[in-house]
Amino acid sequence: MQYTLLILALPLLSFAVLGLVDAKWKPKVAGTIGTTILGIITILSYFAAWQYFTQYKVDGVYQKVIAFDYEWLRFNDLLHINLGILLDPISVMMMIVITTVSFMVNLYSLGYMKGEKGFQRYYAFLSLFAFSMLGLVMATNIFQMYIFWELVGVSSYLLIGFYYTRPAAVAAAKKAFIVTRFADLFFLIGILLLSYFTKTFDFGILTSSNANVFAEATSKTFMGFSMLSWAMALIFIGGAGKSAMFPLHIWLPDAMEGPTPVSALIHAATMVVAGVFLVARLFPVYVVFTPEVLHGIAYVGAFTALFSAIIACVQTDIKRVLAFSTISQIGFMMVGLGVSGYGGHEGVGYMSSMFHLFTHAFFKSLLFLGAGSVIHAVHSNEMKDMGGLRKYMPITNWTFLIACLAIAGIPPFSGFFSKDEILSASYSFSPAMGGIMTFIAGLTAFYMFRLYYNIFWGKEFKPATQSENYHGHGNTPHESPFSMSSALVFLGAVTCVAGLIPFGHFITSDGVPYDIHINLTVASVSIIVALVGIIIATYLYRKENEIPEKLAKTFDGFYKAASHRFYIDEVYLFSTKKIIFNNIARPIAWFDRHVIDGTMNGIASSTQWVAVKIKGFQSGQIQQYAYVFLLGTLLVAALVIFLI
Amino acid sequence: MGDILTNFFTGTVPIEAYLGLSLIMFFCGVYGFLTRKNMLMILISVELMLNAADINFAVFNRYLYPGQLEGFYFSLFTIAIAACETAVAIAIIINIYRNLKSVEVDNLNQMKE
Repeated sequence: MQYTLLILALPLLSFAVLGLVDAKWKPKVAGTIGTTILGIITILSYFAAWQYFTQYKVDGVYQKVIAFDYEWLRFNDLLHINLGILLDPISVMMMIVITTVSFMVNLYSLGYMKGEKGFQRYYAFLSLFAFSMLGLVMATNIFQMYIFWELVGVSSYLLIGFYYTRPAAVAAAKKAFIVTRFADLFFLIGILLLSYFTKTFDFGILTSSNANVFAEATSKTFMGFSMLSWAMALIFIGGAGKSAMFPLHIWLPDAMEGPTPVSALIHAATMVVAGVFLVARLFPVYVVFTPEVLHGIAYVGAFTALFSAIIACVQTDIKRVLAFSTISQIGFMMVGLGVSGYGGHEGVGYMSSMFHLFTHAFFKSLLFLGAGSVIHAVHSNEMKDMGGLRKYMPITNWTFLIACLAIAGIPPFSGFFSKDEILSASYSFSPAMGGIMTFIAGLTAFYMFRLYYNIFWGKEFKPATQSENYHGHGNTPHESPFSMSSALVFLGAVTCVAGLIPFGHFITSDGVPYDIHINLTVASVSIIVALVGIIIATYLYRKENEIPEKLAKTFDGFYKAASHRFYIDEVYLFSTKKIIFNNIARPIAWFDRHVIDGTMNGIASSTQWVAVKIKGFQSGQIQQYAYVFLLGTLLVAALVIFLI
Repeated sequence: MGDILTNFFTGTVPIEAYLGLSLIMFFCGVYGFLTRKNMLMILISVELMLNAADINFAVFNRYLYPGQLEGFYFSLFTIAIAACETAVAIAIIINIYRNLKSVEVDNLNQMKE
């Protein structure tokens, strides 16, 4: 299956070409090239997936296939870094998700980004992102994954800061880069710890559940935990940074400053699930050797899911609602992994997490693209500028509704099946966890329908609203062009049917196919909770009324705290600017300037001082030399006479 | 004083007299070399020092190794070299004068810096 190398090579080529020619080609040409190449690799990866799932099953277990391997850096027998392509169920699944969503976003952007300055650059960056994300999921070893992990971070930075003339976008890009980079530091330390004790980077060896590999790492302890636990926890922190887990979630809402299709691609469907993918990739290690870290992941995931669901209920910027909803759904996936065991029915959490990742990628990118379509029409991100749009934008309305139903967990849309599996896995982990997750599922339904009603129902649309980026072409909003709506329709169709895929036949924790059984009690409870959420939202927001404001007044303090995102950003700003900058950064800067630079400057200036002094002797006056010479001779003579 | 005169006329001048003369000549030369700014004067001072050395050669030969000739030959040799040296030095001084219209050593700083 060496042709899978093309799946990596083509987007890289497209990035190089589009990036080099930049504005020399017409936007249309650049867009067509980018989209075509994404289309080709989408077809290639579907073909690869078909081939993989039909041909690489031995004794009922899906094998790991190394399609390509190349020793890139060799230091010695133990320490060598390879680059290669690893195909196993989750990487093939991710390949499908990434290429499909990328292709849809490329297609959609042809309409959405039309006429923007830097259109060619935008497509170059999209190709770079596709390359690095695919490289990440296909990595054969953890170091290769880290390389692509950073590349993904860079392309995210470039795309968030695409509108680089807007200070908010620049700040958001920097924030995203710095926060994820900070988390990646822990990831790197984790990689070093893990590979130091296991003597390997290779996923094949790491995930083989071979106790000998981890014998040294588990026997050494530090502060009560084994080195392996530390390494795995640090690696999870890296994943938490990319996947916006509390308290490293602060960059994701701000990342919405980027173009909306980018938010759909990177900050909803693909990049932000890299952390989930990382945990899933190393899942055998987590579940067999460090279950305590895995449980920690479950608690972090559950808290993040609850926390961001509450915030999502009160945000007014539609992209931010979606951003917090994304954080919440990633929390669901983390919980799925965290509560999972290994193999068979125990491993249903793992399967459901991957399933949710799969379905979420489609319905969440659909939601973002729908939101983009709305923003394209009304030129504002704020809910107050919207309302009653269902008459003007029927396609967007229907696809958005489908996605909302999917994320709320209403059958037969895709979100129901995956979320239901996560819920039943949580219930079998502990009833409390199951209860909390069910409550969050209800909250999800509520805030999504709050969003839906505020955009498409509620008050009638008043065309006169002026916002910052209003550049008015006609006063009434209109349906988006074909390239945009076709992407919406395609994703909507996928959202309708994706849940019916027998996912357990393809991806399970141990590679043995497993039949999904829908737990009727859990399913009916979750449907009822979701319906309750939807009904409350309908009651509050379907028609313009006073109740939401009254409710906000009643819970004034809580409402304000939630709409300020519980002041986490302020805490960060305070701790960085007031504490870290003043107490650590400034002394270090002083030390650097005065002690380190001072030493160097001191050496230079004392040399100069000596040189100036010596220069005086070199007068060129021969008589002076003779005089000194004479005195010296006399001195020597005197010494010889009087001392010897 | 009487002794010196007696010795002078009897031909037995003590060695100290010669060495004293050469010492005075030598330090006159050193003094002139260090203090004079005119190059010709410096050259004359150098010649003084050389001549003082010549006297020493001759005197030491006469008193320490009578009957041998090395010291005298050295004196002659040095005189010849001093003549050559003077010729070269004066040629240089003339050239400097042509260029600078001066033979003061203080003005000779064109090649410094």
